[in-house]
Formats: sequence, C-alpha cells, structure tokens
Amino acid sequence: MKLWRTPFDQAEKAIRPAKVLIDKERCKGCGYCVEFCPRGALVMSDELSSKGYTLAAVADESKCLGCGLCDILCPEFAIHVVSNDNES
Amino acid sequence: MTTPLTVGENTVDSLLRLDRMPHIWCQGCGIGPAVGCFTRAIESSGLDPDKIALVSGIGCAGRAAGYVKLDSFHTTHGRALPFATGLKLGNPELNLVIFSGDGDLVAIGGNHLIHSARRNMDMTVICINNFNYGMTGGQAGPTTPLDARSTTTPYGNFEYPFNVPYLVAASGATYVARWTVLHVRQLEWSIAEAMTKPGFSFIEVLAPCPTLYGRMNKEPKGLDTMHSYQERSVVRDGADPKDVAIDSDGPIVVGKFVDIERPTFWDQWKLLLDRAREKKK
Repeated sequence: MKLWRTPFDQAEKAIRPAKVLIDKERCKGCGYCVEFCPRGALVMSDELSSKGYTLAAVADESKCLGCGLCDILCPEFAIHVVSNDNES
Repeated sequence: MTTPLTVGENTVDSLLRLDRMPHIWCQGCGIGPAVGCFTRAIESSGLDPDKIALVSGIGCAGRAAGYVKLDSFHTTHGRALPFATGLKLGNPELNLVIFSGDGDLVAIGGNHLIHSARRNMDMTVICINNFNYGMTGGQAGPTTPLDARSTTTPYGNFEYPFNVPYLVAASGATYVARWTVLHVRQLEWSIAEAMTKPGFSFIEVLAPCPTLYGRMNKEPKGLDTMHSYQERSVVRDGADPKDVAIDSDGPIVVGKFVDIERPTFWDQWKLLLDRAREKKK
C-alpha cells in the first residue's frame, strides 16, 4: 500500500511478526484455531500426539499478525502467541 | 502429571494449576475457552487474585475449581450458591465467582439461584449452558431446547425449557448477559464488568458439548456447533429477556440484557444494623 504521508501512529500500528507456540502435550486437535484463524496461518498436521490426537501446526508463520485469537479460543490453553519484539 | 509447557509463559498459565494439565474436558469442549476468558478477565479488570474466590458445583463445568490457582471450593451438587453466600457473609471483602453448569445451577440448584438473585447477593455467576447433563451421560435437563435430542429423549424433547436470563432477571439480578464461547472478547469484557459490579451478576455462556449433546443433534464435532453459533447468534444488547428463549434451530440472541442498580444484601443488612442501633440510644 502506498501512503502519501507517514501516519502519526505508524510505529504502534505496524504489523509485527509474531510466533505461534503450540504445546503438543496439551493439544487435542479440536481444530478451533485452524478454522477461526483470520489469516489461515494454522493447519491440521498429520502428526499424532502421545494420546493419539491429531495436532494443529503452524503452516506459514509469515501470515500471522499476532491477533491472538487462537490463543484465547484454545480450549486446552495450548497455544501461546508471542511477538518477536518481546523475545529479542 | 505432565511436563508443564513446551511453550513459554502463557498469560493464563499464571492462574492455572499446571500440574493438572491437560484437563479432562473432551476434545472441542466449550468450558476451556470460558475458563480462559475468566482468567483473562481477572487480569484486565485489575482485581487482586488473592481476593477472588471461585466456587463451583458438580458437573463438567464444576471441575473448573480444581484447575485454577485461586481460592476455590468444589461444593455439593447444586449448592454452590448457598456455600458462596456463606463465604460472602463470613468475609465480605471477597469477590465471589460461581463457575458452574446449567444442570447444577438451574436444575438441582434452581431454587438457590432465584433466591440469591432475589436477595441480590454480591457475586458473579458464570453459568456454562451446554443444554444437557454432560458428566452423567447426556440426559435431558431443564435447559434442553424443545425438539432437541438427548440420550433420554431420543425422539426429541417435548418439555419446554427454561429461558434462563428471563428467570434470573425476573428474580432480581442486577446484571444479566449471555454469550457463546465463540464471542471470546465480549465474554471476557462481560466477565470483567460483572466482577467489578456490585450485586448479583449472571452470565450465561453457551458452550458446545460435542461428545453428548452435539452427537445426538447432528453436530458431532465442536466445530459444527461453533459454526452454528456463528450463523445463528445475533448480538442485541438491551434486549428484553422475555424474547431471548433458545430454540433448537432458531436465532440465538446474545448480549447484555440487564444492567441496573439495586441495594445489595449487605447494604440492606447495614441499614438494618444502623436502624437497630439508633433505637437503643
């Protein structure tokens, strides 16, 4: 997108790359995160957990905007979204 | 005990008992997001977790008391509200949250629910409504919609269900709201608002029960129920609670229905004390 001037809040509104961490011990593969991710960054993988559930996985991390919907929608408290800024 | 977390410090993890994770709730159960919203509401409302007590009854939703790192109390069936009333009167500083299911609060504890609302006890009730008795095998309850199937009504339910927000509002609750677990942000705000508001606050949370209720009603996966919520729910703040009854396939009206001010039980008690002391002089 081309901007004719620099917005005042560009620094705080800028999209920061985020990282989605999924706890494989907790995930039960309900698919809520995959279905309701607004950017389609998650996918159901073929991998099975130790209890035999199909696990959710990150398909394309570059698509993630860090909205955190998967984090708050997860019934197993298994997803955690961290922005890369905090990590470094 | 599972090894806690392959991930970093989760925001809700500080209020959860990690040694008990993963929890016993089924794949796609709606109680998990509701507990997550509750823990986030504590953070966003800025209340002191040491001053919050969680009381729950029996049932799937009643298990929440065992999973949170707060002062929590797992009480007898249907009696969460009387126990909470006692706690509140013993220590009025406590902020009480009752986290229980529809079978516990509306069925066996129905009488306690209307009388706590009538007295306007200062507490927040989060009622997880999954339309059946989940833990005992999916029997029909007083919230099962008309014509919905369950293990005890295989030809469809012929009884009219309770309209829970109407019941509670008519009994005198000062805050009544309803959300589905798909409305996570609104639910979080609503819980935070209800916890900071004095008086009897009631939030009905519609949650999928894929294993029992969903399987009998052509929604075998949690996702199917979530999609039906997405299609059917209509946000209507300030709607008359009389008009928000749930059909098995009609629209689901969600939103904040009642938000009024009324003197609480403790206010009335203090007024009485003042009056009694004045007479002695």
